[in-house]
Amino acid sequence: MNIKKKTYWKGIQQLRNDPAFVKHADKEFVDLGIEDDPRHTRRDFLKMMGFSVAAASLAACEAPIRKAIPFVNKPLDADPSIPNYYASTYINGGDYCSVVVKTIEGRPIKIDGNTLSKVSMGGTSAQVEASVMSLYDNYRMRGPKKAKDSATWEDVDNEIISKLQGVAAAGGQIRIVSNTILSPSTKAAIDHFKNKYPTTSHVQYDQVSYYGMLKGNEASFGKAFIPSYDFSKAKLIVSIDADFLGTWLSPIEFSKQYSETRKISEKQREMSRHYQFEANLTLTGANADYRTMIRPSQEGLVVAQLYNLIAGKAGNATISAGMDKVSNLNKAADELWANRGNSLVVCGSNDKDVQVLVNGINTMLSNYGSTILADRAVNYRQGNDEQMAAFVADAEAGKIGAVIFYNCNPVYDYPMGAKLEAALKNISLSVSTSSTEDETSSVSAYKTPDHHYLESWNDFEPKTNTFSLSQPTITPIFKTRQAQESLLMWAGEKVEYFSFVKNNWKNWHYNQSALGLGFQAFWDQCLYNGVFEGAQQSAGTLSFAGDVNAAASSIGANYKANNSGYEIVLYENCGVGNGSQANNPLLQELPDPITKAVWDHYATISQKDAAALGVNNDAEGRTQFLNIAIGSKSIKIPALVQPGQAPGTIGIAIGYGRTKVGKVAENLGQNVYPLVTMVNGSLNYSITADVTPTLVDEPFQIAQTQVHQTYMGRSNVIQESVLSEFKQNPEAGREFPKITKWEEKVDPATVTMWKGHDYNDHHWGMSIDLNSCTGCGACIVACNVENNVAIVGKQEVINRREMHWLRIDRYYSSDATDISDYEALEHAAENPEVVFQPMLCQHCNNAPCETVCPVAATTHSTEGLNQMTYNRCIGTRYCANNCPYKVRRFNWFKYHDNQKFYEVNPSMNTDLGRMVLNPEVTVRSRGVMEKCSFCVQRIQAGKLTAKREKRKVKDGEIVTACQAACTSGAIVFGDMNDAESQISKLLQITRNEKRPNSPDKNIGNPRAYRALEEIGVKPNIYYLTKIKNKDLTNA
Amino acid sequence: MTHPISGLFKNLATALFILLCVTSFAQEISTDAGVIKEGETLFNANCKACHRIDQKLIGPALAGVYDRAPSLDWIKNFVRNSSKVIASGDEYANKIFAENGKMMMTSFTSFSDDQIMAIMAYVENETNKPAEVVATTTAAGGGEGGAGAGVPTSYLNAILIGMIVILLLLLVILGLIINGLKRYLDQKDLTEEDREVVHSPITLSTIVQSRGFIFIVVFIVASVSFKTVIDGLYSIGVQQGYAPKQPIAFSHKVHAGQYEIDCKYCHTGAIKGRSANIPSPNICMNCHTQIRSGTNTGESEIAKIVAAVETNRPIEWVRVHNLPDLAYFNHSQHVNVGGIECQTCHGPIEEMDVVKQYSLLTMGWCIDCHRKTDVNAKGNAYYDNLRELHNNKAMKVEDIGGLECAKCHY
Repeated sequence: MNIKKKTYWKGIQQLRNDPAFVKHADKEFVDLGIEDDPRHTRRDFLKMMGFSVAAASLAACEAPIRKAIPFVNKPLDADPSIPNYYASTYINGGDYCSVVVKTIEGRPIKIDGNTLSKVSMGGTSAQVEASVMSLYDNYRMRGPKKAKDSATWEDVDNEIISKLQGVAAAGGQIRIVSNTILSPSTKAAIDHFKNKYPTTSHVQYDQVSYYGMLKGNEASFGKAFIPSYDFSKAKLIVSIDADFLGTWLSPIEFSKQYSETRKISEKQREMSRHYQFEANLTLTGANADYRTMIRPSQEGLVVAQLYNLIAGKAGNATISAGMDKVSNLNKAADELWANRGNSLVVCGSNDKDVQVLVNGINTMLSNYGSTILADRAVNYRQGNDEQMAAFVADAEAGKIGAVIFYNCNPVYDYPMGAKLEAALKNISLSVSTSSTEDETSSVSAYKTPDHHYLESWNDFEPKTNTFSLSQPTITPIFKTRQAQESLLMWAGEKVEYFSFVKNNWKNWHYNQSALGLGFQAFWDQCLYNGVFEGAQQSAGTLSFAGDVNAAASSIGANYKANNSGYEIVLYENCGVGNGSQANNPLLQELPDPITKAVWDHYATISQKDAAALGVNNDAEGRTQFLNIAIGSKSIKIPALVQPGQAPGTIGIAIGYGRTKVGKVAENLGQNVYPLVTMVNGSLNYSITADVTPTLVDEPFQIAQTQVHQTYMGRSNVIQESVLSEFKQNPEAGREFPKITKWEEKVDPATVTMWKGHDYNDHHWGMSIDLNSCTGCGACIVACNVENNVAIVGKQEVINRREMHWLRIDRYYSSDATDISDYEALEHAAENPEVVFQPMLCQHCNNAPCETVCPVAATTHSTEGLNQMTYNRCIGTRYCANNCPYKVRRFNWFKYHDNQKFYEVNPSMNTDLGRMVLNPEVTVRSRGVMEKCSFCVQRIQAGKLTAKREKRKVKDGEIVTACQAACTSGAIVFGDMNDAESQISKLLQITRNEKRPNSPDKNIGNPRAYRALEEIGVKPNIYYLTKIKNKDLTNA
Repeated sequence: MTHPISGLFKNLATALFILLCVTSFAQEISTDAGVIKEGETLFNANCKACHRIDQKLIGPALAGVYDRAPSLDWIKNFVRNSSKVIASGDEYANKIFAENGKMMMTSFTSFSDDQIMAIMAYVENETNKPAEVVATTTAAGGGEGGAGAGVPTSYLNAILIGMIVILLLLLVILGLIINGLKRYLDQKDLTEEDREVVHSPITLSTIVQSRGFIFIVVFIVASVSFKTVIDGLYSIGVQQGYAPKQPIAFSHKVHAGQYEIDCKYCHTGAIKGRSANIPSPNICMNCHTQIRSGTNTGESEIAKIVAAVETNRPIEWVRVHNLPDLAYFNHSQHVNVGGIECQTCHGPIEEMDVVKQYSLLTMGWCIDCHRKTDVNAKGNAYYDNLRELHNNKAMKVEDIGGLECAKCHY
């Protein structure tokens, strides 16, 4: 089978064997030459030494006085050093996640998923994990402001109220503009406001609009709604341009459901099959079994073609639009039909006619009621493009008397933001409740900053009759006030929002006879759980009544099968997203799952187009700018060559180019929201005409973590097969390397100089399922927050000095068998398959790093951990050089209390930022090595709890931060000495009778392998093989 | 050349002789005041909880025990492991075991012969004293007890004396050789210059100017200064004895000593968390709502607590015990799980008016305790595996990974 001979490479630089790449390929630390002439002589060294001795002796003279300041009146449940956990809800516009917040000494320091939620099901995303840092953003407003001057709440309130009354008395129009609001109580507060000022209307818009989908459903079923999707029931998934694992609609929920269908074992031998049709290589496309590149101008026709194929099988009438020769589409249609009732077609298009056809396809496939739950409408996106456009037009026409921007930033993220900004000057009252002085807030007359969500009370209804609460986990840091309280105050009601919400819940949800408990008990329970499930009501049967022929003719007019010009696809990435959290350095330094670029804004182009345009993107991320003319507009942006990008298309992320957000993200990249246009009544995120890119011969270097630390062709790091092979032989795809001994070849595990450490009590180990890992990167951010990992900024990433303890290696593959035939490899690379592999310290039983440390700063524990002792490390870096997995990170600088890293690493440089640090983990200083510790602080805490309670450690009690963050459940951590633990069962560990506490466990799972098995370092991390669900002929 | 060196040894020898005089060789019960003093310390720290000299407490009165017991060796065995002696069927042992309500005496396995004999010396001294009221002091809680020396002192003494004798002999032999050589050379025909060399007089200046002497002096000066520098560097950041003035003259002697308030009543975190907690004024006010006048300072200090509560301004205590950030210490692990007394690390806190740092708080000090201390594993199901592995015998913290880096550094 040729699948085993597949070659993986970590970027096209490795594939092309660029000289620059080859030069550095085998080096852990690149010698970048002397950066600046240090001009230090031996004499300086002696001087410095003399100084340090003197300084040390001076320092020794007097001990610094440290204070210990107890509470005056200690609250019962607040003990120094003991964390408390509160259920709450993350919210950012319409993005929703039910969370559990860990606070220590009154400071939130970590966000975890709430497993009690039926919506997010304990999952999180990189943005949710990072949101704790935005609480301590130094650029948050300290209090209310009038124009540019600080003011008191009382003054601001009085002025706003009198102006509102003035506008209302004159019959002027008042608008409340917001992103999607999921909170029923907030909407109630807005209604109170409307009652007081009847000329008010509430306009919702979304940074990435789903209005076309709402309209499509309205046209199909007579009701503008978005249904719930259940990917876990789908045996066949077809996604047309919907990045449902990364950014589309509700990625946390979908990742959780999707991963359930991708977990296979000897018992569960079936998995879902996933077709993706898209232009950019998205996270979802990277996980697909079959991926077809299409242009955005073809999107509608592909959907129409699929409609016709399914209609043909269902015996329905076909429609006029469509296009031939879309690879995999016929196959997808056949399989959809075979799996009807258990399949799902989703489409990311915001064109209502396309969505009508998608609904038609799903109706023909009988997916409503199984994989699509119309009863459970989701509220994540309620933005109305037409109302918003009308608002901007009214504002320009001077018809608006007052506007309140409720936690939104349309000047930046609405396509007509510039027009709105100009119009605001003529509106007599403009108020913004944004918590930072953003693009909209700074041009509003009054700034009445809202609390951060971690300081707020609120309630939410993410899906029909599914509710959740958020509660403050810290006393408000600044003189901010909840925006709802402000609205009520301006409506003349001086009421605490907390009692407002509580009262609403008493009226809306509390039903004594059904619950059998008092309201306070009910409220406490809801608050404790964070979520509340209301009674489910059936929405009645839906009957599809969409006019498919009208949709077809509209599609025929708007889409082209053979567009020859360039097209732009605007997309949201997993980190910075829509730009609202752009000032969060955790997200800026999170490598994009696909491009592995950080801190940069770029245009992704295919290799073919790169050659045509003359772009040369080398191994160090050096590239050139493109000047892209779009009609009368133009932007200048660096190009990044991206395998899998549909030729002729250019991908550009939104969320960059912010001008007023704080130093982290200010003026980083270009704002491409203004490129978005209205097509067919809703916002369209692709530009298919008049796009002309030209090369600007100006160098630029993109910071990427991509080509670092290669495995140089050691292909047994990734072991993969296809489902049909797996069904026949569960060991399919496994490689069993042998070591050549005298006259025989043996298993590398048997050849060792070491006797091995006996793990008498615990033996911590980890299993990572490559098949369910989607590569989203939530684990990276969770690890950063948990372990106080320094953020180093763009230049240091270019210098290959990023500090992430956990990285996700992204490997492209090709079908070419001859590794020396570069041209063949390049040809195949146009649309590569992708495998993600989370790579962290493997905690080897025979760790090569331990043996080379001259000061024994890295040692082995009796529980299987490879320990790193910072205070003992002298920084020789021998360990990193000897690590076959290249997972050790060196502190080249003192990243804390260092002016150079003040902006990029606020959590270690400002008093405010430092509040996010985990007090259980040391902040490392310059000159020491660091790496994944398996969250030893959590292990120790879990063991101590067990000891205090005089019992054994329970499985599941100790979880690593990455495991807790992993929505898809790919990471399993636990005690391999405990026969009942999840990891023991997953890896099918059987007891070694001769030596029960041996470090070498008998692993029974045929999919489990260790990376680089042949070198015999015996890691405690096992990977489970990647199994793609595709036919062998296509392999 | 040899003269200055032998001179040095002579001085050393004299110093050693003086040292030896104060060290006991005794196998009989000593009457030396130093030994009795040592015995008293050991007795107070280890025995006094159960034994008195002239009255029965939990254990029998010890007056004249050295005469009552079958032999001194029997006493030594009994002290080290009484249950073993009783189990061996020893008649006298079983008799006193029965007489004292079958209460097993704690084993003091780490006691050396000398230490037990020192206690006996103290007991004998007390027994022979004319009956007088022994002023009892409040029992000291912790204290390590005398740690046994590595090599018995008697061996050390013998070795030293032997070495000195050998050196003296060497000196004499060398002197004889020089004399002999001089005589031999005198018989030869020597030039005037050679004769001068042979008969050069040994004066102070020749000794001082000799290379050997200069070398030795330089060596000693260098060694001493090196040692001083190293000791100095090691003491950087070590704040043993640190007793800063606190904003309120709170006395542990009054609260923990005189009134015997349990430490954990105020330091609530000690059993549940990393930090033991400096009590917040509301805990103080549990008692001080009633008690407004103190033992030492009258009303002024207590008024400060009341003021803190009334003005809602916290009290800024000065931290006495400062561990570096890189070291993780958890009170609940030691106090709750380990069952360690507070005094083990914090010293006789109940005698301190002003709290001072009693222990070194260096890593060596931590490690030392982890090497010596048995894990409090009995009755704690967490340790079941490990106990089984150690055949249910006592295991030191060291034996279960208590010296590993990542137990305290992460």
